[in-house]
Amino acid sequence: MNPWSSSKEAAAGLCSRFGGWRLLGPGLLWTTVFCLLPMVVVLAVSLATRGTYGGVVWEFSLDNYRDLLHPLYGRIFGQSLLLAGMTTGMCLALGFPLAYYIARLPPRRQALWLIFIMIPFWTNFLVRTYAWIFILRTEGLLNTVLMQLQLISTPLDLLYSNQAVLLGLVYGYLPFMVLPLYAAIERIDPALIEAAWDLYADRWSLFRRVLIPLTKPGIIAGCVLVFIPSLGAYLTPDLLGGARSMMVGNLIQHEYLVARDWPLGSALSILLMLIVMGSLLWYFNAQSPQIRERGEQ
Amino acid sequence: MPVSRGLVRFLGFVAIAVLLWNGCDRGRETNQQGGAGAMVTLHYFTWSDYVSPELIHEFEQAHGARVVVDTFSSNEELLAKLQGGASGYDVAVPSDFMVSIMAAQGMLAELDSAALPNLKALEPHLQHPAFDPTHRYAVPYLWGTVGIGYDSTVVTPPPDSWDILWDKRYRGRISMLNDQREVFGAVLRSMGQSMNTTDPTVIEAAKHKLIAQKPLVKTYASEHYDQLLASGDVVLAQGWGGQVARAMRDRPSIRYVVPKEGGTIWADCLVVLRTSPNKALAMQFINFLIDARVAARTSERLLFAASNREARAWISRDILENPAVYPPAELIPRMEWMGDVGKVMRTYDRAWTELKMQ
Repeated sequence: MNPWSSSKEAAAGLCSRFGGWRLLGPGLLWTTVFCLLPMVVVLAVSLATRGTYGGVVWEFSLDNYRDLLHPLYGRIFGQSLLLAGMTTGMCLALGFPLAYYIARLPPRRQALWLIFIMIPFWTNFLVRTYAWIFILRTEGLLNTVLMQLQLISTPLDLLYSNQAVLLGLVYGYLPFMVLPLYAAIERIDPALIEAAWDLYADRWSLFRRVLIPLTKPGIIAGCVLVFIPSLGAYLTPDLLGGARSMMVGNLIQHEYLVARDWPLGSALSILLMLIVMGSLLWYFNAQSPQIRERGEQ
Repeated sequence: MPVSRGLVRFLGFVAIAVLLWNGCDRGRETNQQGGAGAMVTLHYFTWSDYVSPELIHEFEQAHGARVVVDTFSSNEELLAKLQGGASGYDVAVPSDFMVSIMAAQGMLAELDSAALPNLKALEPHLQHPAFDPTHRYAVPYLWGTVGIGYDSTVVTPPPDSWDILWDKRYRGRISMLNDQREVFGAVLRSMGQSMNTTDPTVIEAAKHKLIAQKPLVKTYASEHYDQLLASGDVVLAQGWGGQVARAMRDRPSIRYVVPKEGGTIWADCLVVLRTSPNKALAMQFINFLIDARVAARTSERLLFAASNREARAWISRDILENPAVYPPAELIPRMEWMGDVGKVMRTYDRAWTELKMQ
């Protein structure tokens, strides 16, 4: 008997002794109070009207949603989706080789590498973003070094651009891609890779037909973990983008705090949540046929 | 390799925990001191970097009270926190237009003028301000202007008009405030309009002028533009006088000008909140802060002008003569207070968002 099945039996015993609901209770209560209720409040506010001084007046209206139809908001959402998609793609392109490399190291060195990846998290994200400002600005570290090496004669305009925002987002969310990918790759049985070599797979088909299918859950988890927060980012566009353009996060923050238009801000938040949920559902649906296939085999 | 799998789970957990904690951290810049005794505690809600600790300490010594300082970084944040149910604050520091909003919402306690003898020495233009002409709710504390900070070695001849911010020679070396009312204020004054206009066609024209300016603008920043000026990243910055004055310390060639078309005049005011549990002590605290000598020391430290005109006697000459701190008297009639524009706010909002999406 393996230890896994005995722990399963113990868990089943726990369930029957305490009853499923009682075990579910604390988690359910937490979700209701801290997740569901605030969402209901946001939904309710999005259907209300802005008071003259910025409060919320409880007069039912769909005006906030009608205002969302303005093409301006469509462009902001489009640009944010594009930037979040590019961030996810770049994190995946950089994170996969890194995770693969780490997963193939001896265990002791793996731990060291993972700690290196985590160390930046011990510092506040705001502070790290300010550090990028010092690196990228006209008289910053990067320009100084490039000028000293005489690679450029005039400083490059690096800061306050969409590229700087992309850099900041990829930098910030890369660990969220690497960790689930590492967990997935580390679990692959090396014998499968050897078998692929034995069956005359070249590098590309090894990658495409063995590694990708086996690490798919990790890829999906990593993409979700990177895509969602970068879609809602607002600090990075403000600091590294110089507030020259807006992402959805900035727009929502602007409506809540600056314009004191909570109803419109709430309507925007609801729309953002719907887009995120919609794209997740679509993604999982797109995955499910393959999972079913594998189950039937 | 079970060890490293446990580790990766642990690290993942730490990552999420740290991320959540960082998120909470942004709103938690408090300065709470634990411990309680018989001492009365006064809760002072003010701008970040807007107090001088030794003055607070002197007040604590003199009145046997404890002062707990909590900070915010914008008027909107102040209002949102108070509307969101933050209570227990005694004294807050909203700016002029926010005083009218807070008063209209019944958030402010009426002041007791008998407890505020220092109120008699206010600067003439602050004696009957439009947002609270009789000082029923608010006492002006520090004041100043919004103008242009520039590097006099690069920008020649010295500018005297908002139009310099549309000068193509300075492409990519201009910063504007990241504040829709101030940015629209500057362009509206340059067009000879009031910065409180509610005329949609005027706002539309102002928007087009701003869109034309955007390629020249390096960044819209309300916080660190003084560093950008000092480091030479920008040579022209729309900004608050006091902050430009701080950049002058790092780069002496920085100058400040209030354009001839006029600009914003502002005053941060001391108010007592209606929910304050210690109103009498709150009045004493306000009276202390606007005392001539205390206000002079505050001014010298923060480089904003004091509301008490007698404070001028205690402020060093170079600060008094710095137009970034004390604007020349002849300019004051040309300045305009930022007023509430009510429902037209959404028009400004839309225009601002359109500008950002160009």
